[in-house]
Amino acid sequence: MSAPPTVELRDVSKRFGEGPLVLDGVNLVAASGEFISFIGPSGCGKSTLLRLIAGLTPASGGALAVDGRSPEAAAADLAFVFQEPTLLPWLTAAANVDLAQKVRGVPVADRAASTRRVLDLVRLGDRAAAFPRQLSGGQKMRVSIARALSLSPKILLLDEPFGALDELTREHLNEELLAIRDRQAWTAFFVTHSVAEAVFLSTRLLVMSANPGRIHVEIPIPLPWPRTAETRLSQPYYELVARVSRVLRSVDTAAA
Amino acid sequence: MPRKSLSIFLPALAGLLVIAAWYAIRFSLVADFKFLLPTPDEILRAFRANHAALIRAALNTSEGALLGFALAVVVSSTASLAMALSPAVRFSLYPYLMALQLTPLPVLAPICVLWVGAGLKSVSLLTFLIAFFPLAVNTTQGLVSTDRNLVELFRMWRASPMQELFLLRVPSALPYFFTGLRIAGTLAPIGAVVADMNAGSSFNDGGGLGFQATIYSAQAKFPALFATAATTCLLGFIFTGAVLTLSWFALHQWHDSYERADK
Ligand SMILES: Nc1ncnc2c1ncn2[C@@H]1O[C@H](COP(=O)(O)OP(=O)(O)OP(=O)(O)O)[C@@H](O)[C@H]1O
Ligand SMILES: [Mg+2]
Repeated sequence: MSAPPTVELRDVSKRFGEGPLVLDGVNLVAASGEFISFIGPSGCGKSTLLRLIAGLTPASGGALAVDGRSPEAAAADLAFVFQEPTLLPWLTAAANVDLAQKVRGVPVADRAASTRRVLDLVRLGDRAAAFPRQLSGGQKMRVSIARALSLSPKILLLDEPFGALDELTREHLNEELLAIRDRQAWTAFFVTHSVAEAVFLSTRLLVMSANPGRIHVEIPIPLPWPRTAETRLSQPYYELVARVSRVLRSVDTAAA
Repeated sequence: MPRKSLSIFLPALAGLLVIAAWYAIRFSLVADFKFLLPTPDEILRAFRANHAALIRAALNTSEGALLGFALAVVVSSTASLAMALSPAVRFSLYPYLMALQLTPLPVLAPICVLWVGAGLKSVSLLTFLIAFFPLAVNTTQGLVSTDRNLVELFRMWRASPMQELFLLRVPSALPYFFTGLRIAGTLAPIGAVVADMNAGSSFNDGGGLGFQATIYSAQAKFPALFATAATTCLLGFIFTGAVLTLSWFALHQWHDSYERADK
């Protein structure tokens, strides 16, 4: 018996006000524990799709269920990592992580321990007392991820979290993210513009096309686990990156 | 020379040049007009001769300035919260705040005297009126310009409106509040002195610096008048310094207007 799908979208569409359709006929069934990446041309609705799942904006049509409930009802199971670190600049790294739990109603007694745990998880235990301005871009992003993880989410939504980072930092954080995933079971929805990153992280990759945003093709990523720096040197990895790049280019030229 | 010592050396040099020029002008004046510009040593002597009166006046002015300033902080914070939470309140109040700000203090002074009588009450009330505007405008601006992404984050966490206000909007408005506070802090002692000249009295055994200046002027005690001006200036420095220090304590660790701590 398999667990119920954590996220289910049936023929979901979205338009803002009287504007054109941004998303059209999106169908998606995500099982517990999957790592699903969205990739596609700019403006195809990736962020919008993530925000729909998070309940930050309502769907215009179709049905959307998170663990069998509406996204609003499932809010406690969700955590969102934005493209920007979105830390409160007047709070230290630890206080930022603590605040999220406080607002979510986690009892004081449990917060200190879990704050320390997630900061250790992203290897920032020694920077707990630093203010955001004293941290590098990558470190800030890690605090932001730690904050999301501190909410013990069942579903983690990440919108281009590493988009602003250099290649090497990004690869390190990708490996870290997977290492954390081994210890905390969550289902991930991940938006990125980097084919390499998407292939490395995902169990499944959804290539989207624009105007209106649709899921163009689904590509399973059957690379073996655990994935490490070695994975990036393997033949199957190269082939998948090449294949996804080709599909992505065909989607882009079709739109142009 | 390193920047830091330049920033001490240059003002000191400029000060010396001004004093030299001061004496030069004074000596070139014909005897009948020498009273127009007392020399720094005459002013110092006048200060020593009148120090009891000047210090008492400075304390009285400080009392009025502090009362008005504190009242302005309390009332403007409350008003800013109301204006930030309700656009209706904001739109209703703004034009009248503006109108108040555009009315000169010497015109408001007699009205204040009419209502609360001359003396400390009027001085405090007028200082309040002058300090209120920059505080209210800046704090309101701060409360309504919270980073949209952070607001969205709080919505994601299903934060209550009170949590959103006090954990997010209020702290992120602090830099704006302190901008208002710095302006109000420089205006308060000036406002108190001007108010004192227009609505003061010999309250608290001799009134404030404004009242004192009026008396010295009437008595043609010009070196003492200059000494009063210098005292007023000193009081302004103390107020500004205090506000800057407060602002430093509140913001230096995290706000970009201060140097990074680890540099
Ligand atoms: N709040 C909004 N109001 C109106 N239109 C919006 C809004 N948010 C997004 N859109 C529109 O929806 C479309 C999809 O936007 P979205 O941000 O989801 O794209 P994206 O795939 O995330 O792009 P990118 O890769 O550049 O981040 C765009 O055409 C955008 O202009
Ligand atoms: Mg986007």
